[in-house]
Amino acid sequence: MTEQIIMAGFGGQGVMSMGQLLAYAGMLEGKNVSWLPSYGPEMRGGTANCCVIISDDMVGSPIVTQATAVIALNKPSLDKFEDTVVPGGLLFINSSLVDRKSVRDDIQVYYIPANEEADRLGNSKVANSVMLGAYLARAGSSVTPESVIEALKKVLGSSKQDLIPLNEKALKRGAELINE
Amino acid sequence: MSKVLMKGNEAIAEAAIQAGCRYFFGYPITPQNEIPAYMAKRLPMVGGCFLQAESEVAAINMVYGAAGAGARVMTSSSSPGISLKQEGISYIAGAELPCLIVNIVRGGPGLGGIQPAQSDYFQAVKGGGHGDYHLIVLAPSTIQEMVDLVQEGFDIADQYRNPVMILGDGMLGQMMEPVEFKERKPRQLPPKDWATTGWKGDRPRAVINSLFIDPQVLEEHVQRIYKKYEAIKANETKVECYNCEDAEIIVSAYGTTARIVRSVIELAAKEGIKVGLIRPITLWPFPADTFSSWVERDHVKAFLTVEMSMGQMVEDVTLSVGGRKPSYFYGRTGGMVPNPFDILDEIKKIRGGNR
Amino acid sequence: MAIVFKKPESLTDNPFHYCPGCTHGIVHRLIAEVMDELNIRQDTIGVAPVGCAVFAYDYFNCDMQEAAHGRAPAVATGIKRVHPDKVVFTYQGDGDLASIGAAEIVHAANRGEKITTIFINNAIYGMTGGQMAPTTLLGQVTVTSPYGRQAETEGYPIRMSEMLATLAGVAYIERVSVHDIKHINQAKKAIRKAFEYQIAGKGFTMVEVLSTCPTNWGMTPVESLEWVKDRMIPYYPLGVKKEAE
Repeated sequence: MTEQIIMAGFGGQGVMSMGQLLAYAGMLEGKNVSWLPSYGPEMRGGTANCCVIISDDMVGSPIVTQATAVIALNKPSLDKFEDTVVPGGLLFINSSLVDRKSVRDDIQVYYIPANEEADRLGNSKVANSVMLGAYLARAGSSVTPESVIEALKKVLGSSKQDLIPLNEKALKRGAELINE
Repeated sequence: MSKVLMKGNEAIAEAAIQAGCRYFFGYPITPQNEIPAYMAKRLPMVGGCFLQAESEVAAINMVYGAAGAGARVMTSSSSPGISLKQEGISYIAGAELPCLIVNIVRGGPGLGGIQPAQSDYFQAVKGGGHGDYHLIVLAPSTIQEMVDLVQEGFDIADQYRNPVMILGDGMLGQMMEPVEFKERKPRQLPPKDWATTGWKGDRPRAVINSLFIDPQVLEEHVQRIYKKYEAIKANETKVECYNCEDAEIIVSAYGTTARIVRSVIELAAKEGIKVGLIRPITLWPFPADTFSSWVERDHVKAFLTVEMSMGQMVEDVTLSVGGRKPSYFYGRTGGMVPNPFDILDEIKKIRGGNR
Repeated sequence: MAIVFKKPESLTDNPFHYCPGCTHGIVHRLIAEVMDELNIRQDTIGVAPVGCAVFAYDYFNCDMQEAAHGRAPAVATGIKRVHPDKVVFTYQGDGDLASIGAAEIVHAANRGEKITTIFINNAIYGMTGGQMAPTTLLGQVTVTSPYGRQAETEGYPIRMSEMLATLAGVAYIERVSVHDIKHINQAKKAIRKAFEYQIAGKGFTMVEVLSTCPTNWGMTPVESLEWVKDRMIPYYPLGVKKEAE
């Protein structure tokens, strides 16, 4: 099985770290993984996206052109990547910042008010974790939320370990929203 | 040791440190900036020295000085910066100094762009500087291989007293994959008794030099270096053949492009098309014999070289194929990355006789 | 019989290739004498330039590296970082140091690299056949300034010592001349001080030596020594330009 995911949003929304976390968690599960960022001259505020592949086989091209899932944290990302979802694939839209619906009828679309939910949890910065939680709950992903938390522990420095409970809650909230 | 998820550029830097590299001289340029940043942080912790030079020109000459002084030393840059370093690289090759030069290639010519490219094949493999010389050019295609080749590269450089280049690209530099820093068996390396370490009279006076004003002496010097190259060709050529048994079309690609071709091979198999991959791991020495061995097989109908350039390695492939089978090229350039489906279309065209 | 004069140990037996009346030989000898006196020959690594002194590695009897044109300070930086306990010097001419290698010398000085640069200023390119140097005087005729150097088109002769003396990383800079015995003695003192300051770890050190090029100046050796005194010294004043505490 191969999961090919595109995550996209504004710079600063935590798109890159969400992707790294997922890749790291995939690695902890013993999968072959790759994480590929877009990179450009703008250091802040531009659009950011990354491709994550989680596979039982060796990862060939790290570029995702036919996504099994797209996670769009803002409208430009939805506009750019909506078409790349394969038929039957998944599209996660951050409905807090995206005011339109998907035009696709051959895929499964989920609208997650990630920013509102993150604010409710007390920190708008965990909107990315809410989205990731939704993905993990719905994707039939080979990655479990437990692995993501495990990865988070390794990725965050010792000084930032206090952020883990909050992210754990955010992941859980994302999963609940999918199942509601 | 367990696996860690690392960016290509950072993996290069860590691999170098673990290989005993203690000196780094560089100058900022995208998309390789994580290498100097990592070195700046880590080298002081292990008693090494990181120095940001005033230019690429100065950086490569600092490498010359440090290598001549007997140190395990490296620099890294990206295409325009490597162009600037070519003067120093020629001197390093002429003076037979071991060092590692990393080129995380971006699109060109000129200022070009910052997205991944393979358009520096010529300047890496054919000698971008002046004079008769070769770099040993290693082309990893995964982050793990990047780590392995960086460590191997330092040993190869020391063994033959020749500069080694790691030819990556922006994608390999920026992407993350799991890597393992394995316990490795270092080569038996000759002592650096030629290095300038202060002359106590217990060895001949060390002179690091590439000037031989007498043409006869210079010719002998170059011929001796070329004898060394023959040994390098015999001992160090590395290539991977994948799925070539029964392949109808053999695609040749290195680095990032080879990964994409692997995806193409899967797509082609689904359509019943047998495609193989010859992936040169050393671009110089080029694995010409490998091509020769496959070219005679009846099942092989044609060769296709895929690059992120307008066609550079294809010249070496075509030379190796030697007119015995058709040799085609497909490439994207300027930072555009070939799409697996477009490559598959090319393969179909070749099969259908439409090329 | 007592030996009253001998070749310093820090020079090899190779005869100099320099033209008659050229002062490179004098400066080589001064450096070698200082290396002998400070007993640092075995701990010194020299860097030769591109220019007339390109073969300096054949003359100094210590480990040597030959650098690309202008890059000696970068090469020396690489050596010194690897061997901070060794004495490292560069020997560079005016084209090498002030023109093509201007960036390298400025930044090595600014970093306070603990090296010593011996800067030979003879106001002309010697090896390539008498072209205009950045230090060529106004009105001076060279093969590439055949009507005399004009400020309007070629700019002014550059005073490297004064310029570099403004940099915080510099421990010691002095300009000297070798046109007569008195000045030769002073030059040696300066070279010795530069090496001593390097050994003491004070920072970057440089001695600029006003020198002759009778061949390309089109003068006799004696005339060229007079020219240093009468024409060069008024524009390039001798003396200490910077000395750290």
